[in-house]
Amino acid sequence: MTTYTPNEIMTVEAARRLANGTVCFVGIGLPSAAANLARLTHAPDVVLIYESGTIGAKPEVLPLSIGDGELAEHADTVVSVPEIFRYWLQGGRVDVGFLGAAQVDRFGNINTTVIGGDYAKPKVRLPGAGGAPEIASNARETWIIIRQSKRTFVSKVDFLTSVGHLEGGDSRAKSGARGKGPTAVITDLGVLTPDPVTRELTLVAIHPGITVEQAKAATGWDLKVAPDLAVTREPTEAELKALRALQEKTAKAHGTSAVSE
Amino acid sequence: MTSPLMPLHDAIARFVQDGQTLAMEGFTHLIPFAAGHEVIRQGRSGLTLVRMTPDILYDQMIGMGCAKAVVFSWGGNPGVGSIHRFRDAIEDGWPAPLAIHEHSHADMAGRYQAGASGLPFSVLRGYVGSDLPKHNPEIRTIECPFTGEKLAATPAINPDVAVIHAQRADRKGNVLIEGIVGVQKEAVLAAKRAIVTVEEIVEDLRAPMNACFLPHWVLGAVCEVPRGAHPSYAHGYYDRDNAFCKAWDGISRDRETFLAWMKKHVLGTKTHAEFLDSIGSPTMAAAAAPGMTG
Repeated sequence: MTTYTPNEIMTVEAARRLANGTVCFVGIGLPSAAANLARLTHAPDVVLIYESGTIGAKPEVLPLSIGDGELAEHADTVVSVPEIFRYWLQGGRVDVGFLGAAQVDRFGNINTTVIGGDYAKPKVRLPGAGGAPEIASNARETWIIIRQSKRTFVSKVDFLTSVGHLEGGDSRAKSGARGKGPTAVITDLGVLTPDPVTRELTLVAIHPGITVEQAKAATGWDLKVAPDLAVTREPTEAELKALRALQEKTAKAHGTSAVSE
Repeated sequence: MTSPLMPLHDAIARFVQDGQTLAMEGFTHLIPFAAGHEVIRQGRSGLTLVRMTPDILYDQMIGMGCAKAVVFSWGGNPGVGSIHRFRDAIEDGWPAPLAIHEHSHADMAGRYQAGASGLPFSVLRGYVGSDLPKHNPEIRTIECPFTGEKLAATPAINPDVAVIHAQRADRKGNVLIEGIVGVQKEAVLAAKRAIVTVEEIVEDLRAPMNACFLPHWVLGAVCEVPRGAHPSYAHGYYDRDNAFCKAWDGISRDRETFLAWMKKHVLGTKTHAEFLDSIGSPTMAAAAAPGMTG
């Protein structure tokens, strides 16, 4: 039996979803690792766009920051930051917005601004919005990749930075946001998708060896489970080899230990 | 026409005054560190600091008491974590209370574009469903006069001074920027005055026809400062100093450690070359050697 870490199966499961030829606006960290794994395995023609203005980025090592020279070096083209947001994102040319988050709630809304307290006097001040509010409301759909715990999976986000399905139902459609919103949340425990009517995130797949009880215990609301709950496929040798090689090259380039972001 | 070429010290002394709105841009690439350090050395205060991505440089300027407000869309040390002086100023008012005006990247980029275009505001499909407009009265909603659609509107940014770093200038002061160009052209053209530090002054820029090019007549000052973006990078000249960016987390976590470091390396040096020597960065001769890639 193949051995792998929770981070690895999360990254592999996310990568598999990215079809060849998709235009994907990529966040730094976990989304970037998964998107590049897809590019190096089954989706060589996936188009990776980073908010630093790199279109068709093909980094040999994972970028540490969203504006690493590595992204520009191998990109099809490098445009300005106003252009990337105006023509390419707002212009409606992005299929998938692939985001990370500090908190996600039961309707797939994202918080990357503050945790606890209030906005003026927060318990934890996070980096802020970056490009996410407009990615979440202009891409044709959004995927979120995040490690699942009671801390990260909350009933309601402390601060709504980037829109998901708002209060559920048709509230997103009425809000004026474009695209389908979050269609998948990929975690280290499994995969959640929004209920077609209520838009509440529902557990539709768990990773091998993970129990429904574990997933429920790592969720800050009463998690609904799909009746036909699936089990994700284990990462293949080829997928793990590609992911580990990418991370080793990245660690060597940045002088860090090999971690999956 | 007078040449904009001048030493960095003179450019900051001449153009940057207490209480101004200062935009120092560079989207993780070409961050104008040398210029920021010179602002700190000359003791400027009460500044409203505008920057899409406040990172180590603004952390240093905030911790040294240069700022009264920050206008931004993402604040952190990329790939490392929080910027501790920024957080300390917001959370505990040290060394002075800091007002924050928070936006998104798409919005900040549009606001600079509006500023550069001579327009009073920027319009975007933004902030739908977000809590940010509740905490920032500058993010408002307008109705499209043609379709009736609701859109976000925010005021143009027109800084008193924009400061950027670039690869090269020629002897007239024309500037060429290569690689990830970020929002620098917009910031320069939105500002009343612009200061550009460059890696080197060359005889012939050899600017490609569609390059990111800034003519000398829109620039107040052009200053030759090799490795002026360190610890960020200059594509084609040197890589980012990731080890320094990680070390900054430890240096900046504690107020006393931070102050001691700034006093020794920034206030205790007169120029960027002395600063680089004092932190043990590669020598300027090695840095200037051609063929190094970003």
